[in-house]
Amino acid sequence: MVNNFMLGETAWCPGCGNFSIREALAEALDELEYKPHEVLICSGIGQAAKIPHYLKVNGFNGLHGRALPPAIGARIANTRLKVIVESGDGDSYGEGGNHFIHNIRRNPDIAHFVHNNQVYGLTKGQASPTSDPGMKTGIQVSGVVHPAFNPLLTALAMGAGFVARCFSGEKEHLKETMKKALEFSGYALVDILQPCVSFNKVNTFGWYRKRVFFPELNALDDWSQAVKLSLQWGEKIPLGIFYNKPRPTFESSQKVLTGKALIDIPFEPKELSKIQEEFI
Amino acid sequence: MDVNILVGGAAGQGMDTVMNLLGKTLVRHGYEIIYTKDYMSRVRGGHNFSRLRIAAQTPWTPVNMIDILVALNEETYLNHISNLSPTGRIIFDPDSFSLPAEERRGLPVELLKLAKEHGGPVMANTVAVGALLVMIGLETGTTEKLLEEFFAGKEGIAEENINALKAGYKSASRKCDACFDLPAVKSDVKKLFIEGNQILGMSALASGCRFLSAYPMTPSTGIMNYLASKSGELPLVVEQAEDEIAAINMALGASYAGVRALTVTSGGGFSLMVEGLSLAGMTETPLVIIVAMRPGPATGLPTRTEQGDLSFVVSAGHGEFPRAVLSATSHEDAFYRLNKAFDLADRFQVPVIFLSDQNFADTHRSLEPFDFGRLTYNRYLVEENEINKPYKRYEITESGISPRALPGQYPGEVVLIDSDEHDEKGNIIEDAKTRNLMVEKRMRKLALLADEMDEPDLYGDTQPERLILGWGSTYGVLREAVDALSAAGIKTAMLHFSDLWPLPRRRLMSLLPHVKKSYCVENNAGGQLAALVRKETGIPVNRLILKYDGRSFMPDEIVREVERDGK
Repeated sequence: MVNNFMLGETAWCPGCGNFSIREALAEALDELEYKPHEVLICSGIGQAAKIPHYLKVNGFNGLHGRALPPAIGARIANTRLKVIVESGDGDSYGEGGNHFIHNIRRNPDIAHFVHNNQVYGLTKGQASPTSDPGMKTGIQVSGVVHPAFNPLLTALAMGAGFVARCFSGEKEHLKETMKKALEFSGYALVDILQPCVSFNKVNTFGWYRKRVFFPELNALDDWSQAVKLSLQWGEKIPLGIFYNKPRPTFESSQKVLTGKALIDIPFEPKELSKIQEEFI
Repeated sequence: MDVNILVGGAAGQGMDTVMNLLGKTLVRHGYEIIYTKDYMSRVRGGHNFSRLRIAAQTPWTPVNMIDILVALNEETYLNHISNLSPTGRIIFDPDSFSLPAEERRGLPVELLKLAKEHGGPVMANTVAVGALLVMIGLETGTTEKLLEEFFAGKEGIAEENINALKAGYKSASRKCDACFDLPAVKSDVKKLFIEGNQILGMSALASGCRFLSAYPMTPSTGIMNYLASKSGELPLVVEQAEDEIAAINMALGASYAGVRALTVTSGGGFSLMVEGLSLAGMTETPLVIIVAMRPGPATGLPTRTEQGDLSFVVSAGHGEFPRAVLSATSHEDAFYRLNKAFDLADRFQVPVIFLSDQNFADTHRSLEPFDFGRLTYNRYLVEENEINKPYKRYEITESGISPRALPGQYPGEVVLIDSDEHDEKGNIIEDAKTRNLMVEKRMRKLALLADEMDEPDLYGDTQPERLILGWGSTYGVLREAVDALSAAGIKTAMLHFSDLWPLPRRRLMSLLPHVKKSYCVENNAGGQLAALVRKETGIPVNRLILKYDGRSFMPDEIVREVERDGK
C-alpha cells in the first residue's frame, strides 16, 4: 500500500530506533485517513525533532525544548489542524520541562510522542533527564548521580488524561497506541523507548527486549494502577496505555474555539469601532 | 487657566478610583485633561500619587505645581505641600491627621466617617470626589450617572456610592469659599478618556489580532487585561503563558498557523524572549512584540519609567535578521502605529517590536475618538493560482519576500518552517551556497523596511538654531519645552522619532549638520538614540539631556538645560 506520508532519506544512523517510530506514525496517520495538509508536526531540536522533514506534513521545527508552545498556538489559531508534537527526551523533559508540566495542565488536543533514548544523541552522548543512574558519559565521568526523571509518573500526577509507554521495537503496538493517542480528546503522552545505537551502550535493543512486557490491565481509567505501572522500571518494564480518561480540554474552555476555527472568522477593522464607546 | 490636582495616599487607598471617576466626569463635561500615575511596587502602603491636569488646550504633560491637593494620608501632605500654589487648597480627613495651625488652605472633609455612614470605608474615595467637584464648580449629576454605569448590575452599590458622593459634596460646600474656575469648554464632541495600554490593546484588536500569549509584567500587563476583557465577546484567545519563552513561542505558532498574534512584556521578559525573536527572524514568521519599558537592569524599578531598551531591541537576537522597531509620539499616534506594526510584520514576514514605556502605558488622556476606517488589514498571503507547486515556503525572490501560505490552506500542499538554515522548501541544509542565498534573501528585506519608516516629526522653528532629538513618550514634554524656548526667543525645533529601526535618516541629514547646537533628550543614562544616530549617520549630537531616576521629564527641566547654553 502506498503511504501518503512517507518521504525519502533521513540523516539518522543505520539501525536507529527512530525509523520504526516514523513508519508507525506514517501508517497511523494513513489508517486514520488524515491528509498531509491536515496534519502539523511541531518539534524542537535533536534527532527525533527532525521528523517533520522526513514525513510529508506541515512542520514547525523550532527551538530546543520549545515544541509544545508553538503547537498550542497553532492549535488555537486553527482547530482544523491535527497537531502532533514529536521530540526527544532532552527536548521534552530537560530544556522543555516547564512547558511539559504546564501543557498537561492546559490539556490542549495535542498528541505528544517522545522518542526516549535516555541519552543526548545529537550532541554525542551526554546524559539526558531519563538516563539511569550509573551511566558513564564524557560529562558524567563517574556515572549519572541524579535519579532519572519519570515522565509517566509526572504526567499522571499533573492530571494527564492519556499516558502510554511504547517501545520502538514493537512497531504494531506503537502504531495502534499512536492511533489511540491521535484520536484522544486532549493532551496525550506516549513515551517511546527508542534505543540510540550510537551513544547509549546500556539501553540497547537487547536490553529493552529482555525487559519489556505487556501487563494485563483491569481498566484504563484506574489512576492508582497507572501510577503503579509508571513506577515499574528495571528488570521488568511495562508497555501499554496505562491511563485513558478524558477531561475537559483547553479548547472546550474557550468559547471561541468550539465553533469555527479562529482563522476562518472574517475580519473588518471598521466593524469594531464601537469597542471604543466604553471609554466615552 | 489650568487646574492641577494631585491625589496621594498609600497603595490600596484607591487613588485610581478617584482619578478615573473624576477624569471621566471631566471628559464628559467636555474638558481636556491628562492624568498620570506615580506608584510603588507594592500592593499596600508606601506612597503613591496621581496627577490630573485640566487645561484650555489638550495638556501634553502634568506639571509640578498643585492647585488642589487631596491628601489621603499625612505623608502625602508632607511630600507635596511645597508644590501647592499660594491659592491652592488641601482636602484632607481631620480624623486622619491635622494641619499646622498657620495653614489656612485646608478643607477638612471627614472622608472615612462619611463613607462608613453611607456604605463602607471603601467609599472614602467617592466622598473625596464629591468634595473635589465642589472645588472645581461642577454639580454631581454626571458623576452620579457614571457611578450607575460603573456599578450596573450590582444591586445597591451604585446607590450607596451616589450617597457617599453627595455627602462629600455637601460637606465641602459648607466650608468651601474658593472654587477654581475651569478653562472654557471648546466643543461638545464626545471624547474618550483612555490610557496608553488600553489604546494599544484596542489597536491590536482593531488590527485583527486574534491571539495574545504573555506572562504578566509591569507595565505591559494592562494590555493583557484589556484584551482578556474582550476575549469572551470577540474571536480572540488570551493565554497566560508559563513564562516569556512559552509566550513568544506560542505566539509564533499561532502566527505560523494563520492568525495575527501578539506578545507583550517589559525588558526582563523580553530578555527571555530573545531566543524566540531570533526564531521569528530565521523562520520569517510575522510577530508583533510590545515592550513596555521600565528601568533596569534586571528587575530595576518595576513601576517606574525609562527608555533604556532601545539599543537592546534594535540588536537583540543571535545572528542577523531584519526587524522593525517602532514607538509612538502620542497616545493618538500609538493607535495607528501599532496597526502599522502588524501590517509590516505580515507584509515583510519579520518580527516587529513596538516600544512603549510606563509613562505612556499608565497615562490617561482625553482624546477624539479613533478613526477605525484608517486602519489597514491585509494578510499578504499567496493565492492558490500563484503558487509554484509544490509549494516552497522560502522561495528565493528578488524582494526577499517569499510567497506565504498557511498550513492546511491548500490541499496537497504542506508548509514547512525551520530554525536550522534551510532550503526553499524549508528542509535543513548545510551547504555554503544555499546558506548564502538564504541570508541574502532575508537581508534584502531590510532595505524595503527602511523605505517604510516614517521620518521623525518636525516641530518648532522652521530655521532652528537649536535642535532637540527625542523619541517615544517624551513627545509631549518636548513640545512644551520647544514652545517655551521659542517664546523665550530661542530658535528651537525638535525632531521626534516614532519609527526607530531601520533609522529614518533623510530629515536627520538635512537638519542635524546645520544647526548651531543639537540636543538629545532621553529617559536613560547612555543616550541610546544619540548613539544610534551617530552609528547610522556619523554625526554626533552635541549634548545629551538624560534622566534615569525612573520618573518622566517635566518641560522646565529641558528648558533649563537648553538655556544653560545662553540665549
